[in-house]
Amino acid sequence: MNITLQRFTGLLITALAVTGCNKPAEEAAPEPGKAAEEQKAPEAPPPAAKEIKLGQTMPYSGPASAYGTIGKLHSAYFKKINEEGGIDGYKINLISLDDGYSPPKTVEQVRKLVEEEQVVAVFSPLGTATNSAIQKYLNTKKVPQLFVSSGATKWGDPANFPWTIGFNPSYKLEGQIYGKHILATNPKAKIAVLYQNDDYGKDLLEGLKEGLGASAKNIVKEASYETSDPTVDSQVIALKGSKADTFVNITTPKFAAQAVRKAYDSGWKPKTHYLNNVGASIGSVIKPAGPEKAKGAYTVQYYQDPLDTQYDSNPAMAKYKEFLKKYYPEGALDDGSNVYAYIEAQTLVQVLKQCAGNFTSENIKTQAASLKDFKPDLLLEGIAINTSDKDYFLFDQLSLSKFDGTIYKPEGALIKGN
Amino acid sequence: MPTKPVARLTDQRVVLIALIALACLLPFFVSNYRVFQFTMVLITSIALLGLNLLTGFNGQISLGHGAFYAVGAYTSAILIDQFSLPYPFAVLAGGVVCFVCGWLFGRPALRLEGIYLALATFALGVCLPQILKYKGIEHYTGGVQGITLIKPEAPFGLPLSADQWLYFFSLAFLLLSFWMAHNLVKSHTGRAIVAIRDNPLAAAAMGIDLARYKTTTFGVSAMLTGIAGGLSALTIQFVAPDSFQFLLSAGFLVGIVVGGLASLSGAVFGAIFLQFVPNVADQISKAAPWAVYGVVMIAFAYLMPEGIAGYIRKAVATARNKA
Repeated sequence: MNITLQRFTGLLITALAVTGCNKPAEEAAPEPGKAAEEQKAPEAPPPAAKEIKLGQTMPYSGPASAYGTIGKLHSAYFKKINEEGGIDGYKINLISLDDGYSPPKTVEQVRKLVEEEQVVAVFSPLGTATNSAIQKYLNTKKVPQLFVSSGATKWGDPANFPWTIGFNPSYKLEGQIYGKHILATNPKAKIAVLYQNDDYGKDLLEGLKEGLGASAKNIVKEASYETSDPTVDSQVIALKGSKADTFVNITTPKFAAQAVRKAYDSGWKPKTHYLNNVGASIGSVIKPAGPEKAKGAYTVQYYQDPLDTQYDSNPAMAKYKEFLKKYYPEGALDDGSNVYAYIEAQTLVQVLKQCAGNFTSENIKTQAASLKDFKPDLLLEGIAINTSDKDYFLFDQLSLSKFDGTIYKPEGALIKGN
Repeated sequence: MPTKPVARLTDQRVVLIALIALACLLPFFVSNYRVFQFTMVLITSIALLGLNLLTGFNGQISLGHGAFYAVGAYTSAILIDQFSLPYPFAVLAGGVVCFVCGWLFGRPALRLEGIYLALATFALGVCLPQILKYKGIEHYTGGVQGITLIKPEAPFGLPLSADQWLYFFSLAFLLLSFWMAHNLVKSHTGRAIVAIRDNPLAAAAMGIDLARYKTTTFGVSAMLTGIAGGLSALTIQFVAPDSFQFLLSAGFLVGIVVGGLASLSGAVFGAIFLQFVPNVADQISKAAPWAVYGVVMIAFAYLMPEGIAGYIRKAVATARNKA
């Protein structure tokens, strides 16, 4: 083998050549006193360009790429807002980067957004572990981590992380609502739970137990899976073995579809099936699994389903469909993630409107924490978004819906959490 | 190996020293974010160097080096977070733990050749993220929540930002690793390691203790990758099972092949590829970044079958012949 200094030299030459290529010209000047600068909040954006620069990380690739549609819809929505004149004359510039759902990549991309692009806020970064990796950094940098696309309960902690606000109704709240519904309809239920082994799955399971209270002992079997598992078939078979009559299905879309199919095909067919909101999408879960297999399943909902004919007469729904057609034609109408993204984008626009032209990181955070009875298009009747500097949870009550073979029909009144 | 003219070697030394000096100046001319990226390149280089020793030089294929990277990262993170060990020792401890793990794994793996070893290491790579979530060790690993670390500041009042300090800290480890690897492959041990790859039967007949060399190579390889893992934990300031999915191991293998198998400098080229090509792919297409990545990878395989290091070596040789 001819491993020589010569090759090692070659390596460094190229390494440095690449270095040179990757170095934007404006960074060339050395910056003295960087250590001090580290702790400083980024400067307010120069208003000269008349734009509001926002950043985002999205799993366009990797295991959670089904959620990539959220980022694409955001970009489409802001394009529409900009074409209509922007906000107070300012255009929204969303820089959405792929993190492949991998925390180290999220850190890299968010640093790029904050330090290179100088964004005023990071909007709707998606995922729980990915957001955990950047939470401390963004709070040190005093850049809002606004409307985290994850329902983990930890995104509502204004005392320790004032710059982090979640969007989804917390998974705990959702679990509590299933628990309360089981108590009210079938207190003697034998419950089997399938959950994703991470913050999200555990949060929801904990909420379920809180909702069930003393009846939590009725959970006869719990099975967990990893996002890297190819299927959840064996877990569902194990749950079937417990002879439970109630199935609480805490899974993300791909696994939700597998679980719905397997619970039916294996002959288990539990009497009551709770399918968590994350995995309840008709387009990405029910259809691939087979609609007849999910008939009768309950889920919590907080937004309207575009496939539900009862909303056809709703002008807001017509507006949404028109928006999809014009700005995001490749977006599926039956994908719940698109409605979610639509509501999230409207909420951000509301925050920016409340900023009244003062688009500093500080003011954006303050306004995000002072939403009062905001009702974006497509939220279910009676639900409104409220925040305060003490309460970062956007939602505190949700409605339960039942899948009738084609669509989800709302059942009964809104249910409040514990 | 033919002896080189002394003058040329000296020339190379001068160039090498100049390049190291340039590498030292680099962080003063780019932003902290870029420094962070280059720190990741240095760290990935160390990991790839480890894998290249095993796969490129010794011919043992590992599809599970992400696992050693994870063990190194977690060992360092836990020692810093729970036992308040100073971080340089924590990184070294991660390397030691990985050496032991690699050596132990290398023992039973001795019976496995080629594709079977690839399968065994593949198993290691896919199961580790799940083991990290295991409830029994959650107290240490933080379970799915992972561990958040605080970025070390430059010591002795050096006028460096935290990012710059980590760059130099990693650069020191990189130079040390390359110096060690360089000496290793040039020694008679290195020739034995390569002989085992080229013809294990003949190597054994010549009196080379296959078991000892193969397990030790596995250990050293795991150690370097583990040190890289520990450095990455410091730089990212966060470890979680999701950070060490199987794609990480696959990426390492891509890195050494693209960089150049059985070439020390290939590790750095591979690391540069792994760091920057995905970002470019993302800019080209949001819809299918991996398709772009795939096309680039195939292009490299066709145009530079011996990796970037091999390509440069040839180009330099051609230029010399012309001169």
